[in-house]
Amino acid sequence: MSFINYSSREINCKIVYYGPGLCGKTTNLQYIYANTNQAAKGKMISLATETERTLFFDFLPLSLGEIRGFKTRFHLYTVPGQVFYDASRKLILKGVDGVVFVADSQIERTEANVESVENLRTNLGEQGYDLDKIPYVIQYNKRDLPNAASLEELQNLLNPRGVPHFEAVAPKGEGVYETLKAIAKLILTELKKGT
Amino acid sequence: MQPQMVMYDEEFQQISAVCERLAREANAKIVFLVDKNGQLIASVGATENLDTTSLASLTAGNIAATGGLAKLIGEKEFSILFHEGEKDNLHISIIGGRVILVVIFDTRSSLGLVRLRVKKASDELNKIFDGLMKKVQVPGAGSPFAEITDDDIDNLFSE
Ligand SMILES: Nc1nc2c(ncn2[C@@H]2O[C@H](COP(=O)(O)OP(=O)(O)O)[C@@H](O)[C@H]2O)c(=O)[nH]1
Ligand SMILES: [Mg+2]
Repeated sequence: MSFINYSSREINCKIVYYGPGLCGKTTNLQYIYANTNQAAKGKMISLATETERTLFFDFLPLSLGEIRGFKTRFHLYTVPGQVFYDASRKLILKGVDGVVFVADSQIERTEANVESVENLRTNLGEQGYDLDKIPYVIQYNKRDLPNAASLEELQNLLNPRGVPHFEAVAPKGEGVYETLKAIAKLILTELKKGT
Repeated sequence: MQPQMVMYDEEFQQISAVCERLAREANAKIVFLVDKNGQLIASVGATENLDTTSLASLTAGNIAATGGLAKLIGEKEFSILFHEGEKDNLHISIIGGRVILVVIFDTRSSLGLVRLRVKKASDELNKIFDGLMKKVQVPGAGSPFAEITDDDIDNLFSE
């Protein structure tokens, strides 16, 4: 839930990157962190296992600039993707303003993608959110791999609502900022409606 | 879903004053307030060399995780957490079920003193947040973003 601070003239919003294990959520944040200038970012925090798998969350605070005299700040979180971390995923979704679903384009990961979207819908529902109503974009990551499914197949499977979607190669930054901008824009547009 | 969180200057001054006094009376190094989603509301004390944004996010994560644990064993939530370090200690408490109050203190204070002062400050903060929530629910207290245009949003991303 966005936090409007009239006193410091700031608006804070929370974006969660969701998706199956190893789809590239953490890589998205790492790329953004590495390529944003110092003044606009805070420290990136990764609560990870010794093998660098996300254990609880990654966190990256970003400032995007001002709108009408209000600083816009976005807090980016990733969830741990493995099925057994479901309890943690639910916690991280609390107070979310917008979700990026990162799909792993590899054909072998089709089922994992579908399960993860269903899991997202369920967990959002438990918090009183409807996946069909909140700001939501999809990123098809790992487009560089030879075993990537076609965009059309992925769209049919994962994007019945026709939300904005982006093809990405996260380690190279392809599609990373486009995805971030799209979700930030949807969130601000939602704020404008004043829900 | 949680209600929209807002902060106005008037309440911010009141909240800061309560935190300042708490820090003084509890002999604490730092006092800060965070909302349950990890956003910093106020901080007072020796915060110059402290990454308060990260602190806020991790505090909320900590509360969320222990809250999850509480539910698993049939508790509503753990309303007070205490972390003891070699030099500094953290006292974390939930106020009115919605905001998190964190006090960092060392040997110049004690857990007993911090507890006592936190209790008093919590009641005061609770009242301020009650008032704040009522203000937010008044119709007409609309978002400052109602007026923004698509151009304003596009301009954010124009560099
Ligand atoms: N080839 C390729 N590898 C990727 C891509 N995105 C991420 N990876 C790799 O996939 C692995 C898992 O990425 P990570 O971001 O940790 O996944 P997470 O579990 O979703 O956080 C890492 O070794 C990444 O380097 C991509 O677009 N293409
Ligand atoms: Mg990860």
